[in-house]
Amino acid sequence: MCDLPDPELPVVSLGELGVIQRVSKAVDGHLEVVFTPTFLGCPALPAIAEAIAAVLAECGHPDGKVRQAAAPAWSTDRISAAGRRKLAEHGIAPPRPVNAPTPVRLGLGAPCPHCGSAATRPHSTFGPTRCQSILRCTACGETFPYLATV
Amino acid sequence: MTEDAALLASRLGDDALVLGQRLCQWITRAPTIEEDLALSNIALDLIGHARALLTLAGGLDGTGRTEDDFAFARSDREFGNTLLAELPNGDFAVTIARQLVYSHYAVLYYEALAGAALPELAAVAARAATEAGYHRRHADGWTVRLGLGTAESARRMQAGLDHVWPYTTELFDEDEVVRRLDEAGTAPSPAPLHAPWQERVGEVVGQAGLSLPTPRWRAHGGRQGLHSEAFGPLVAELQSVQRQFPGGTW
Repeated sequence: MCDLPDPELPVVSLGELGVIQRVSKAVDGHLEVVFTPTFLGCPALPAIAEAIAAVLAECGHPDGKVRQAAAPAWSTDRISAAGRRKLAEHGIAPPRPVNAPTPVRLGLGAPCPHCGSAATRPHSTFGPTRCQSILRCTACGETFPYLATV
Repeated sequence: MTEDAALLASRLGDDALVLGQRLCQWITRAPTIEEDLALSNIALDLIGHARALLTLAGGLDGTGRTEDDFAFARSDREFGNTLLAELPNGDFAVTIARQLVYSHYAVLYYEALAGAALPELAAVAARAATEAGYHRRHADGWTVRLGLGTAESARRMQAGLDHVWPYTTELFDEDEVVRRLDEAGTAPSPAPLHAPWQERVGEVVGQAGLSLPTPRWRAHGGRQGLHSEAFGPLVAELQSVQRQFPGGTW
């Protein structure tokens, strides 16, 4: 289940994104999977819930429940090291730790996943999905998505 | 008390839903493609807040109403959103002014509600506060750029602020419902946040080289279901599909 690909960023799994919170027995004895929405309005939430339910059914738990829990709130800090590496390999700059100081030098400071240069600047604070923003590399001129730190 | 809490959740949900619906009207009409993305993504977040809050309201008031029941099966008089949220978009500067005053309020109030005694409300508020913070940065940035841009952009930004300002006090209004919740320690009142809100918005407006309006009138009535003339068409549009195909899904 943790290996399920994220519907919007299929290069990373739900486990690596830190979306799956826990798998446990609910009070009625059925297996329950609790997941954390990345954004409250994320359009991928129904797809995520369906995919988890399908895995439960496949593993012999057709009565398993899938529940969405807002607390504790999701943060980009929940993305695992492997998740960050895969994002970078696919041209998406991974987020900085939430409380890390903003680099003073230039813009958001996420290094360019194409040429590695740190000379990047914000281009658009909103991108193709709700969790991404667009940066531009001043060294190689390419734009690239950045998983905005939240 | 849970009835009061349900009403609070539905009012906050209505603000988010109606403002989200308004922002959707910018799609394909924003000045640049980046702004099209920005305003529609903000709308998406707001509708996400509305979904969580209205679902919560239906659970708390014992009616078991779903988010769709709240959005699509109520008449305009049953909506408890502020008049600010339903204010027509105007030009881009009016929309930015509305985003500025709302997102600063939303961050402050959701942060306060994150400590509410109701765990579900607190959880939604904590997450919504973070998202509203992102919207606030967008509004702050544009307010300053327009204020320091050309004479025309500064004039429009000031006009936008002047236009939305009389609608801001309703966000902080305290009625019987809010007072009871506050006294019982269930959820804090937004009233004490008015001064810090004015200070924070004032800072951004000052950076933009503009001035805080001092209107001689203030709008109210939205929380009681007394809406403006522009609200009817907005609700009609929001509910049109469900009225033609009741219960329809896809």
